[in-house]
Amino acid sequence: MAPVTSSRTATVTLPTDEQILIRREFDAPKHLVYEAFTTPELVSRWWTAKRGEMKVCEIDLRVGGKWRYVMQTQDGMEVGFHGEYREIEPHERIVSTEIFEGMPEGVPEEASVNTATFTEEDGRTTLEILVQHSNKTFRDMHVESGMEDGLQDALDLLEEIAISLG
Amino acid sequence: MARAATTADAFNAIAEPRRREILDAIGGEERSVNDLVSLLGLAQPQVSKHLRVLREVGAVAVREDGRRRLYRLNGRALKPIHDWVKSYERLWSERFDELDAVLGDLKQKEQGDGTSDE
Repeated sequence: MAPVTSSRTATVTLPTDEQILIRREFDAPKHLVYEAFTTPELVSRWWTAKRGEMKVCEIDLRVGGKWRYVMQTQDGMEVGFHGEYREIEPHERIVSTEIFEGMPEGVPEEASVNTATFTEEDGRTTLEILVQHSNKTFRDMHVESGMEDGLQDALDLLEEIAISLG
Repeated sequence: MARAATTADAFNAIAEPRRREILDAIGGEERSVNDLVSLLGLAQPQVSKHLRVLREVGAVAVREDGRRRLYRLNGRALKPIHDWVKSYERLWSERFDELDAVLGDLKQKEQGDGTSDE
């Protein structure tokens, strides 16, 4: 039994041990999705997901340029990420690094390499964000799981269980 | 040494493919170790070992039925784990819901300008 998800829901899958893939379709052409994804005033409107206030949203959209997002949550905590742009194909693809600024003390900082791809069909755009970590430990920390293997299969199973529980 | 099962332990418990087969097999009905041995084609000690791991994290419940012990899935114990992992997906879903609103504005603005480059 395949999990039933609406097209408006982001899907998160784990293609390999080091990767996370986030995928969602939008009812808009890709140049607009790209604009919403790369313009600080617009990113500030969606990136916080209503969980806080955008304190910093810096985007220097050129190869070697830096970006930094900082959100202040409702309970006053600041959550920050930053990185650098590696490849930019306007309206098509952005490759950038991402470092989480809130790693616990003693845990080395790690930069994941994120590839955002914009694909348009019939006026609708599929956005895919592939997060490539350097190893499985950092990937697992990212999704907050400590699974050995087969996480995706286990998730599918859990989805079935959750559905059966109603 | 016995220690409290953690969520990470539960993830590990269900990450093993054979253990997922066992969970599948006992999801619909109770089964004995012998049932599982013949269903999965595994040796009895292996089945017992996997069941022990699953019991330790609460994924499996057991009851005595005469001389047999019957095992069944405890879905409620696994649901919090499912919810926990899903929270990452939920974050992105909520971000993209907001992004939909931004795109609605951009589309409207573009139509208002009378320009279209697509």
